[in-house]
Amino acid sequence: MDPECSRLLPALCAVLADPRQPVADDTCLEKLLDWFTTVTEAGSSLLLLQENPCLVELLFHVLKSQDLSSRILSFSLRLAGIFAAQEDCFQYLQQGELLPMLFGEAGPLGGAAWTAPAVRSGWIQGLRTLAQHPSALRLLAACGAVDTIFSLQGDSSLFVASAAGQLLVHILDLAMRGPAEGRCSPQACDWPACAQKIVCHIEDSLCSIATPQVTQALNVLTTVFGHCHGLWTQGLWVRLSPLVARLLEKDPVPASHSLVDLLLSVARSSVPSSDRGLWETLAQTLSHLSPTQAGPLALGILKLQDCPQALRTQAFGVLLQPLACVLEAAAQAPGPPGLLGGAAGDPMTVDTLLCSKSACVGLLCCALAHLGLLQPLPQRPSPWPQAPLLGAAVTVLRLCSGSAAPTSDVGGRLCAILVGCGRVQRAALDFLGALSQGAGPQESVTQVFSVLLEYLMSPESSSMVLKKAFQATLRWLLSSPKTPGCCDLDPRTQLFLRELLPVLQKRLCSPCWEVRDSGLEFLTQMTRHWGGQAGFRQALLASEVPELTKQLLQDPESYVRASAVTATGQLSSWGLLAAPASPERPGAQQSLLVELLHVLCADSEGFPRRAVMQVFTEWLRDGHADVAEDPERFVARVLQAASRDPDWEVRAQGLELALVFLGQLLGPRGSHCPCAVALPETAPPGALAQALPEAAPPGTLAQALPEAAPPGTLAQALQVLCRVQLFEFAFRALFDCDRPVAQKSCDLLLFLRAKAALCGSPQEAGDSPNVASVEATLQRWQAGEQGQPLGYLEPGAVMAVLRSIDLEGLRDTLAESSDHVEKSPQSLLQDMLAAVGVLGENEADCY
Amino acid sequence: MKLYCLSGHPTLPCNVLKFKSTTVMLDCGLDMTSTLNFLPLPLVQSPRLSNLPGWSLKDGNAFLDKELKECSGHVFVDSVPEFCLPETELIDLSTVDVILISNYHCMMALPYITEHTGFTGTVYATEPTVQIGRLLMEELVNFIERVPKAQSASLWKNKDIQRLLPSPLKDAVEVSTWRRCYTMQEVNSALSKIQLVGYSQKIELFGAVQVTPLSSGYALGSSNWIIQSHYEKVSYVSGSSLLTTHPQPMDQASLKNSDVLILTGLTQIPTANPDSMVGEFCSNLALTVRNGGNVLVPCYPSGVIYDLLECLYQYIDSAGLSSIPFYFISPVANSSLEFSQIFAEWLCHNKQTKVYLPEPPFPHAELIQTNKLKHYPSIHGDFSNDFRQPCVVFTGHPSLRFGDVVHFMELWGKSSLNTVIFTEPDFTYLEALAPYQPLAMKCIYCPIDTRLNFIQVSKLLKEVQPLHVVCPEQYTQPPPAQSRRMDLMIDCQPPAMSYRRAEVLALPFKRRYEKIEIMPELADSLVPMEIKPGVSLATVSAVLHTKDNKHVLQPPPRPAQPTGGKKRKRASDDIPDCKVLKPLLSGSIPVDQFVQTLEKHGFSDIKVEDTAKGHIVLLQEAETLIQIEEDSTHIICDNDEMLRVRLRDLVLKFLQKF
Repeated sequence: MDPECSRLLPALCAVLADPRQPVADDTCLEKLLDWFTTVTEAGSSLLLLQENPCLVELLFHVLKSQDLSSRILSFSLRLAGIFAAQEDCFQYLQQGELLPMLFGEAGPLGGAAWTAPAVRSGWIQGLRTLAQHPSALRLLAACGAVDTIFSLQGDSSLFVASAAGQLLVHILDLAMRGPAEGRCSPQACDWPACAQKIVCHIEDSLCSIATPQVTQALNVLTTVFGHCHGLWTQGLWVRLSPLVARLLEKDPVPASHSLVDLLLSVARSSVPSSDRGLWETLAQTLSHLSPTQAGPLALGILKLQDCPQALRTQAFGVLLQPLACVLEAAAQAPGPPGLLGGAAGDPMTVDTLLCSKSACVGLLCCALAHLGLLQPLPQRPSPWPQAPLLGAAVTVLRLCSGSAAPTSDVGGRLCAILVGCGRVQRAALDFLGALSQGAGPQESVTQVFSVLLEYLMSPESSSMVLKKAFQATLRWLLSSPKTPGCCDLDPRTQLFLRELLPVLQKRLCSPCWEVRDSGLEFLTQMTRHWGGQAGFRQALLASEVPELTKQLLQDPESYVRASAVTATGQLSSWGLLAAPASPERPGAQQSLLVELLHVLCADSEGFPRRAVMQVFTEWLRDGHADVAEDPERFVARVLQAASRDPDWEVRAQGLELALVFLGQLLGPRGSHCPCAVALPETAPPGALAQALPEAAPPGTLAQALPEAAPPGTLAQALQVLCRVQLFEFAFRALFDCDRPVAQKSCDLLLFLRAKAALCGSPQEAGDSPNVASVEATLQRWQAGEQGQPLGYLEPGAVMAVLRSIDLEGLRDTLAESSDHVEKSPQSLLQDMLAAVGVLGENEADCY
Repeated sequence: MKLYCLSGHPTLPCNVLKFKSTTVMLDCGLDMTSTLNFLPLPLVQSPRLSNLPGWSLKDGNAFLDKELKECSGHVFVDSVPEFCLPETELIDLSTVDVILISNYHCMMALPYITEHTGFTGTVYATEPTVQIGRLLMEELVNFIERVPKAQSASLWKNKDIQRLLPSPLKDAVEVSTWRRCYTMQEVNSALSKIQLVGYSQKIELFGAVQVTPLSSGYALGSSNWIIQSHYEKVSYVSGSSLLTTHPQPMDQASLKNSDVLILTGLTQIPTANPDSMVGEFCSNLALTVRNGGNVLVPCYPSGVIYDLLECLYQYIDSAGLSSIPFYFISPVANSSLEFSQIFAEWLCHNKQTKVYLPEPPFPHAELIQTNKLKHYPSIHGDFSNDFRQPCVVFTGHPSLRFGDVVHFMELWGKSSLNTVIFTEPDFTYLEALAPYQPLAMKCIYCPIDTRLNFIQVSKLLKEVQPLHVVCPEQYTQPPPAQSRRMDLMIDCQPPAMSYRRAEVLALPFKRRYEKIEIMPELADSLVPMEIKPGVSLATVSAVLHTKDNKHVLQPPPRPAQPTGGKKRKRASDDIPDCKVLKPLLSGSIPVDQFVQTLEKHGFSDIKVEDTAKGHIVLLQEAETLIQIEEDSTHIICDNDEMLRVRLRDLVLKFLQKF
């Protein structure tokens, strides 16, 4: 331990032991415990206690003092646990009988303090920490702790009850690992007494008629099979499985959630390799539980790596049941075999669906969510009933929108329950989106698109439902197959687009900003993927969507403006926004670049400005036509605007843009000889577009850097960087009060310096007056006075300054978390002492 | 208790309730859907409408071609539009004592009832209902009267001829009762019969029943009514709303414990949520205007328009529509906008509090101030000078058969840039548009009906728990177009009783009690005797006076003292003789003790038999039988009066007298 901390420790212990000086902040105690844990992990606890006797004194004092706060008591119990985790230290504390006094009947356990949940929790955590060696087991036996833990399982505080269960598992594991390790047989009769006692308790609880006790036992067992991997767990299951199976005979099955958790935990453990009976129990459970309870179990079974096919089929059947019932109820006429191969829907599931709205909604949402989770997994059941599932999802959506016209009685009642139910609509749309990963028969896909269109059109769709509908539509559109031999969209998709765009148009005018926002997001995504497809371009340009999107740059809601910025940026990248200026209003059609620059300079909210920076970075990277005209001027204007921005993310994005520009001038990071590199060599025109035909706008890639920055030496590149005032921006950012900005700038300058070193630096200007003044300014900036501008910089001066700044040192400092100074233990101890002192001063002030 | 159903329209009801000797008319709605069968009345000469071909029968007979015109496959009556009146033959309307009005839409038939049926009673309504109702009537009369039409078609109404006509004319019901619009004079006369009431005000009707209006949350001053006597309560729920719009919220609590709840005026579009429809309205409006098109909103001059203007007030800036003019054209536009601002006490809490700031409760005041909203009595005059396109026009009538809307339909119908947005749910938009076909302008249907939907009704009924629900038959089954939607009907236990036009319903409801007052001096003279703890009895001898449906027990007159000599009989002497009454008996006879008493008094050989109603005590020796039942005791002995009296006295020992 740090000598300074050792020096402070006695005073701190005195403060902790003094009930008149309450510790105001609980987190200090937690930090203190963390620190002691670190210290004891690094060295001997015994030595620590011997060198700092105040700690043992504190523990003794706690025992004697009557009026200590419960938090100090709890803290002391946990502290004792940390020390006693090492066996020699445990023995040392035992000499003074300290541990039995702390954890036995004589301690807080028997006193009034026990009523505080914090004390009970501290007691459990203390024991949990110290129970690391056989001696601890003897202590537990001696002070009858296990019985207390049993009773704490039913504690009124959920934290205490849960910790008690975990402690039991830990003790059981320790007992079984202890002296008998290696030879502990699965036969329960040989088990140590402590383990026997716990297992008997679990057995009793499993047989109890009180559900809470059954739940406790099941939860303990779930943890056992989840965390303990010894052979003995197999023996434990052999011993307990009949009792677990007996639970299934009860109606209703008690603690079904916990039972499902346990069975899945056992199934994932090593037990199934030795006990095939487990599969039978699982099968029985599946058939005994109600449809709602059985869902999570079925999903768990299907996620298992290896389990018998029959059980998997049964489990899949359980998951499919609700949807099968819906399909059957809504069927107009007996059609092809549905989800369950023509078998009728389970009457119990139908009952659950019809008994109440909440039960119906709950069951359907779970079924849809479970199947949605299963869909992308490699171990999903095969064959996967894609077509009936599509049919079911569409039917559920139609029932919810009221557009289904079921003829059966059950269908009518389902319709009445589900109509307008947003929760089911959202779940079904998510599921439908997940199903887009698989193909489907033409007829089903047509139905999918028609139901999606219905939802997108319906005025009754809430904003959340619409968002999901947009997402599902996007997934289906992107997964729709390409026409063979043709790189354009297939005719069906084009037809759909023609219907979709007027809907999107209307949604962009919605009075609800969430709807406008999700409409724009959808448009952005669609354009990103299809901007180059002739069919899409044609349909989009024929609609008013691009014009409306541009108008939304003035939206009153900042999120919408941000999305509009991204969308227009994307549209413009693909040349989908360039409507010619109308002859009546010359000049009215100003370039989007100017508009976005205006947003960057004038928007009062951060989101749109961040979006602009992202769009600009993308434009620069992809060589957008407006940018390629004069990239130097573009970068200069953007950096100037970004440097003044109050939002650190905008400034950070500015650095990102600067980095892209650097990359274009000097070659990307990691390339070896980039001195004379200019863009044409790094990325020939169209190369990027060829490599990523759908990801980047073709033909818009910069042809070359403008004449101002021809391929040449590093010096020329630096000239360009100086002209765009990139250095002023980067140096300012280097001393930014927001760490990520400073870090990014540091990286950028390091990159630049490394490039320069590789290529041989330009003419040095080491001790010119310019350099000195720059350094002086930078020092002032570092001190927080950023008002003064840097003025025009010569490349030589820049390089000199770059070398003179300790960028590596700065990077290391920045890499430390901002509170690294405050986090030291010494600071913690000082703070705690100071806080008490401050409390005292405040009291004095009161007089 | 009977309910006479005079209207078949569920949202424009007209029912008569006979309850405790009073005859109460509940609303008098006017079904205007009949006007859809007529050609529109254009404000400006329309060559298209005047050149429509006459209709002739299949055999070429063209005798109806002056009355009926054909347009895009539909046949219309070329005459002044007529309205379908409530049933006038089912009950003598001159016997109606009072008319209770729930909202301004449900009083449009009032002049027909009060002016032409011999009605002499009173009409009760709240002040906003009367004022806005007057505006609606004034607008209607104005719309019709300013386009005088020489021709009045009646030939087609002949039953034999009507059969030959194409649908929907062929299927039009009760055409013989269709009438032309009333005059302003009739309106004024009808409105003069209205007595203003406030929410929760109790109004006595002839001492027999009390009626009370309650806030129904649907429109300014809209009410539901409680009609109750001391022991019976009938609730009349007409157009009501639970949504937070401009009116005061609905008073549900006062509807509790009703014996009968008459439920009318639910939403006409149960599948359309008003909020979604407002969203749809705004989106389509913005979309049209941004594309340089005009928007036409056919509407009533009051009601939803206030909420729409409020939504637009919040929306136009965000949608970039600040420079677009909004025009509200109606002969009563100005009054409607101003009236809405002065009925503070009838508004929802939010709007009420604004008045104290002080601010106008509705933001349309600001729209008018900033010139964003302009209102005109008609398209003639100032409007034509100010008119600027693209614009948004709110104007009537929603049927598209009369009013300034006809002009805009003719003007804008040919361009697909323009849009007509239907927000009023009273008319089927396709039928409304039929005489304007073929139409290039876009049509959007966003019916905004804030009245209760079936889910809300179901919650309401669970909350107020009436014994019986009575409603129009349309509410007891799903709408014909959505016959499987079981959620679109009233679901309650016991099932709701339904009615249809011209039906008389005996309400399942028996009156059991009547309240009678006792005069204090009579009450003073009573000597109650406690029969069992908490129950005291006293005999009352009194005279029952009944006047104005109030019953009072008064002390009986003293027996007339012979005044000597004068034999002249006076009316006041004509009172029944008050005989000295035998005391009344109460209590029960314990059989065992009675038998013991009999034995003590020397009777022997006594047998007791149990019967269904009590016991029979047999005195075999005396050949006598005593029948003891819950409410009677008979001593049957053979002509032995002495024995009977002895036995009677023994029985009486067990009973109390008073």
